[in-house]
Amino acid sequence: MSGRVLVGVKRVIDYAVKIRVKPDNSGVVTDGVKHSMNPFCEIAVEEAVKLKEKKFIKEVVAVSCGPQQAQETIRTALAMGADRGIHVEVTGKDYDTLGPLQVSKIFAALAKKEDAQLLILGKQAIDDDCNQTGQMTAALLDWPQGTFASEVSLEGDKIKVVREIDGGLETIKINTPAVLTADLRLNTPRYATLPNIMKKKIAQVKPADLGVDITSRLEVLRVDEPPQRLAGVTVETVDDLVAKLKESGTI
Amino acid sequence: MAASLVRIFSKSCRQISRPWGASRAAWRSRSTNPAADVSSDQAAGGVSFPPLQTYSEEESMMREAVKKYAQERIAPFVSKMDENSTMDEEVIKSLFEQGLMGIEIDPEYNGTGSTFFASILVIEELAKVDPSVAVLCDIQNTLINTLFAELGTTAQKEQYLSRLTTDMVGSFCLSEAESGSDAFSLKTRADKHKDYYIINGSKLWISNAEHAGVFLVMANVDPSSVPEKNILGQIGQGYKYAIGMLNGGRIGIAAQMVGLAQGCFDNTIPYTRQRVQFGKRLFDFQGMQHQIAHVATQIEAGRLLTYNAARLKEAGRPFIKEACMAKYFTAEVATLTTSKCIEWMGGVGFTKDYPIEKYYRDCKIGTIYEGTTNVQLSTMAKLIDKEYDS
Repeated sequence: MSGRVLVGVKRVIDYAVKIRVKPDNSGVVTDGVKHSMNPFCEIAVEEAVKLKEKKFIKEVVAVSCGPQQAQETIRTALAMGADRGIHVEVTGKDYDTLGPLQVSKIFAALAKKEDAQLLILGKQAIDDDCNQTGQMTAALLDWPQGTFASEVSLEGDKIKVVREIDGGLETIKINTPAVLTADLRLNTPRYATLPNIMKKKIAQVKPADLGVDITSRLEVLRVDEPPQRLAGVTVETVDDLVAKLKESGTI
Repeated sequence: MAASLVRIFSKSCRQISRPWGASRAAWRSRSTNPAADVSSDQAAGGVSFPPLQTYSEEESMMREAVKKYAQERIAPFVSKMDENSTMDEEVIKSLFEQGLMGIEIDPEYNGTGSTFFASILVIEELAKVDPSVAVLCDIQNTLINTLFAELGTTAQKEQYLSRLTTDMVGSFCLSEAESGSDAFSLKTRADKHKDYYIINGSKLWISNAEHAGVFLVMANVDPSSVPEKNILGQIGQGYKYAIGMLNGGRIGIAAQMVGLAQGCFDNTIPYTRQRVQFGKRLFDFQGMQHQIAHVATQIEAGRLLTYNAARLKEAGRPFIKEACMAKYFTAEVATLTTSKCIEWMGGVGFTKDYPIEKYYRDCKIGTIYEGTTNVQLSTMAKLIDKEYDS
C-alpha cells in the first residue's frame, strides 16, 4: 500500500457571504466575492492530516479542479498540513459547466495515477449541495465507499466508518482502497500555522493529460432567488385563525 | 436553493466553532476578492505601482489565518486575562503552536522564514482582538528574535533561537527607575569576575517577566573586559543595538495601535447601526456620520504610514523618520478612536461587559513605550533639520 491519501478540496463562495443572483439569471455573482475552501473539504483535509499524524498513512495530497484561484484553496490545505498539491486546470466555460460527474472522472484518474490508498472528500459542496462526487468516484473506481463519515478508524487493511444516516448512526467496515466523504461531526479543522503557509509545492495538470473528457451533459437554464418571504398575520382568537385558514383555502 | 442552505449551514457552523457574530460581519465587507490585492508581477520592462495594501499570497494567507485564530483562540480569554492582569499560559502556548513567535526566523531554527511585513500584519490582526497579546508577540519578533538573529554567534543562535521560536518567551530589559527616555544614563553594571559577569542594578518594565525564559539585559561594562559567551554582540555597542532594534520595533507598535483602533472601531459600528433613538439608527445622525468618517480616515492614514514604513525597512531604504511618524500618529489615532467609540456606544461603552473600554485603557501605552511621543517628535525634527543641510 502506497500510504497515500488524496483529498479533494473545492473553492466555493464563503459561507458567510450573502449570495446574489446575476441580473440575467444565468447564475450567481462570483466576481469580487469572497471565496474560501468548502467547509466539508476542510474537515476532509483535517481527517487526512490526523491519519498521517497517527502514522496510518504517509502522504497527504490535496487536489482541486478549477482556474488559477483554485491554487489558493490548495495552499490552504498545505497550510493545514497536506504535503503537496495538484491543481487540475479547468478554466472559462469548462469551469462554469464543471460538475460532479467530470470531477469524479478526474479524481478517479488521479487516484489511479497516484496509486492512492484512500480518497477523502467533503460530503457535499455548499454551493451546489450535490452530494454526488464521492459516490460517483467510488463507482468509477469500483472502490467501496464510506459516506457521511462521522468517525473513521483504520484497522489493518480495512476501514471502520461510522456513518450519519437518517435513522441514526451506521457502522460499516470496508476494504481499502476506498472513498470516504466527511460529514460535519467528523472533526474540528485546525488552523493554518504560519510555517505551513510558506509551503508551495503544487503541481499543475490538465484534464486532457489524465485522459478525461470534461464536456458537460447538463445545461443550466435559469437561476432564481427563492421567493421573498412575506410577513405573517397575527390573529386574536382561535376562531379568527380558523376563519383565516378557510379564507385562504387551506382548510 | 444555495442561499437558504447557506443560512442553515451557518447555524450548524456553531458546532465547528465558527463564529457568526456581529463583528464577523464588519470584517466580511472588508475582504472581498483576495486575488485583487495580491501583488502582480511587473510587466516586461514596465514598473507597476501597486497600492500600499498589496500583499504577497503568503502575507494574505497569514493574515487570514491569524484573524481566524485570534477570533477563536484568543477572544474568549481577553476579558478574564484583563480582569486578572495575567496572560493565560494557554494563549502563550497557542501563539508558539501557530508559529507566531518566530515569523522572520529561519526554518532551520523552527521559525516561519517570512518577512518583516508579515510580522506587522500579524501584530495588527492580534491587536484587533487583544493589544496585550499583540505586544507580547511584537516584542518577541521585533526585539528579541531580531537581536539574536543579527548579533548572535552560531552557538548562541542554536541555543536560543530554536527555543524562542518554539516555547520560550524573551524579555527586553533596558529601562530603569532613573532612566526611561534617557536610556543612555542607565546605571546597571556588569563586572567581569573570572569567566562570567556579575550584574548589579535594577531594571523596571521588564517585559514578560513572569513568562520569560531569557532576559536581554542592557548593562555598562568596563571597556577593557574580554567578551564571554553570554554576551550578545560586541561590548560597548549595547545602547546602539537597543536603539537600532527599537527603530524597527516602533513600526511594530504602530501596527499594534492600528489594530487596536480598528478592532475597537469594528466592535462599535455594528452597535451604531443597530441602536435606534428618536426613530432612527445612531449611524443615521449626521453628527455621528461625520465623526465616524473622520475616525475611519485617521485609521486609514495611520495604517498607510505603518505599511509604508514597513515596506521601506524591508527594501533596505532609510525608514527611521517614517517609523517615528507611524508610531506617533497611530498612537494618537488609537486614543482618538477609542475615546470616540466609547462615546458612540454611550453607557454601554463605559461598562466592562463590552470590550470597548479595554481598548480605551490600552491605547495610552502607545504614546509612551518604545519611545515616547515627545522622543518620536524630537527624532523626526532632527532628521528633518538634516534634510535641509544642502
